[in-house]
Amino acid sequence: MKNLSGRVALVSGALRGIGLATAERYAAEGASVVLTDLTEPGDSSVKQVLDHLGPAASYQKLDVANESDWQAAEKQTRSRHGRLDILVNNAGIDCTGAVDTLELSAWRKIMSINVDGVFLGTKTFTRLLGETGRTTRFGSSVINISSIMGLVGYAETSAYNTGKGAVRLFTKSVAIEFATKRIPIRVNSIHPGFVRTPLLEIGMRRWVEKGLAAKAQDLIDQIAAATPNGRLAEPAEIAGAAYFLASDDSSYCTGSELVIDGGWTAH
Amino acid sequence: MANRLEGKVALVTGGTSGIGAGAVRRLATEGARVAFTGSNTEAAEKLMRETGASFHPHRVESADTWPALMDTLKARYGRLDIAFANAGIEAGDGSVETITFENWNRLLSVNLTGVMLTCQHAVRMMRVNPGGSTGSIILNSSMSAYRPMGNFVAYSTAKGALIALAKSVAMHCANQGMKIRCNSIHPGVVETDMIRTVIERSPDPAAARAQFEAMAPLKRMARVEEIAALVAFLASDEAAFISGSEYGIDGASTAGMMGV
Repeated sequence: MKNLSGRVALVSGALRGIGLATAERYAAEGASVVLTDLTEPGDSSVKQVLDHLGPAASYQKLDVANESDWQAAEKQTRSRHGRLDILVNNAGIDCTGAVDTLELSAWRKIMSINVDGVFLGTKTFTRLLGETGRTTRFGSSVINISSIMGLVGYAETSAYNTGKGAVRLFTKSVAIEFATKRIPIRVNSIHPGFVRTPLLEIGMRRWVEKGLAAKAQDLIDQIAAATPNGRLAEPAEIAGAAYFLASDDSSYCTGSELVIDGGWTAH
Repeated sequence: MANRLEGKVALVTGGTSGIGAGAVRRLATEGARVAFTGSNTEAAEKLMRETGASFHPHRVESADTWPALMDTLKARYGRLDIAFANAGIEAGDGSVETITFENWNRLLSVNLTGVMLTCQHAVRMMRVNPGGSTGSIILNSSMSAYRPMGNFVAYSTAKGALIALAKSVAMHCANQGMKIRCNSIHPGVVETDMIRTVIERSPDPAAARAQFEAMAPLKRMARVEEIAALVAFLASDEAAFISGSEYGIDGASTAGMMGV
C-alpha cells in the first residue's frame, strides 16, 4: 500500500516547477490530486500534465487571489472527493526592483497572490480539512511554500521578502490557532533556496534584459557557485519535503519551517 | 516500510533508550545497517536482538576512545553514511545560581563536546567513503535551544550551541566540496521511558501527565517514533539539498505564544 492511498491533495500553481513536482510526487504515493493554476482547463498543457499523472489527477482553474475561485474549488473538491487531506499553497510570483521606484501596483499584485492566496486557500478549506482530519489518525496538513527570502533580506527584493515573510508567520499563527482549538490540521512552511524552476528562469531573463548579465545561464552559474552545496535544487527535492509534511511521518510537526537551501542561510 | 536507506550504514549515539532507540529501530526498518552506542548493556542486547543492529559500549565525551570505535565500525561495515548525534544528559543540571562547576563541565562535555566529537569522527570516516565523500549528520538538539529553561542552564546552553555547531559542520563540508550534510533537529517534549518514569513516580501522575501534555499547543507529547521519522527523512537522499538547517518538531511549541 502506498503512503498517501485514499488521501486527497490540492496544489495551487501546480502546472509548473515545485507545484508540478509536488503533484507528481503525491500521485506517485497514491493520492488523488487536484491541480490548480491560471491556465484554461482546455489548454493543451493541462491535458499533457493530466495524461502524465493518470486518473487520480484532476484540474481546476483557480486564481489564488480570487476568493470566489477558491470557493468554487472547495465546492468542486467536496462534491468530487468529499474530503481534503492536504493543501499545498504553492502558487506565487516574483517581483524585484529598488524600493524607491517600485510601483504600488506591483507591490499590491505580489501581496494579492503570494499572501492573500495563502490566506484565502487556508480560510476556504479549513472546514473541509478539519472534517477530513477528524477521520484520520494524524489529521490533515497545510503546506505553505515560503522561501529563504521569507527568512533573510535580499537587495531589491523588498516586496517578495515581505510577502514570503508574511507566509512564514501566517503559518505559525494558524498552526497555533488550529492546535489550541483542537482542529486536526497541521500547518507548516517550506523555505526553498534557489530551485531550478520556470519562475527562476523568468526572473533571470529579466536580469539579463536589465543588462546585469550576458545570459541567464551565467546568473544560474553564479547562484550555484554562491550556494554552499554548489548547485541549485531540483523541484523534486522540494517535493520530497512536501511529501514528508503530507505524510503521517510528520504527525508532530506543526508551526515548523523546513529550510531546503543547500546551506544558503547557514552562513 | 520502503527501503529508503538500503545500503547505508548508520551510527546512533545514546541508542539504548528513548529517541536514540527509536531511531535505531526506524533506520533499521528502512534498510540501514545500524551501529549504536551507550552504556546500558541490558537494554542494548534486547535492541540488538530486535533490530539486528550492533552495540558498542562507548561514551561520547570520551575523546580517547573515539578512534577505536571508528576502527571497529570501519572493519565491520566499511563505510558510514548516517550519524545521529543523540546522546545527551540532564542529571545534575540547575539554575545559573545553583549549578556546580563540576556539573556544568560534565553536562557540557556530554551535550556539546560529545556531539562535536561525533561530528569530527563521522566527517573523517564519511570523507573516505567508497564512492565519494557523502553522508548525513543529524544533531539532536531541543526546543530548549529557542526556549531555554531557567533550571536547566547547562542543558539549554549546550542545546543552543548545537545550532551553530551543525551550521559550522555543514559549511566546512560544503566548502571542502564534500556531499556531507549536517542539520539539527529540535524536538519538544517527547514521551520517552524517562518521562514516563517521572510521571509514574510523581505524587499525582495524572496531573503530571497533563502538565507535560499542556506544554505544546498540540496538547500532547511527541511519540519517539515521530522524532525517529524526521531523523529518517533527514538521513535519506530525499533530503539531499538540506544542510545547515534547524528542523523543529514540537507540536507548535516554539511557533509563538499560546495565549491566555
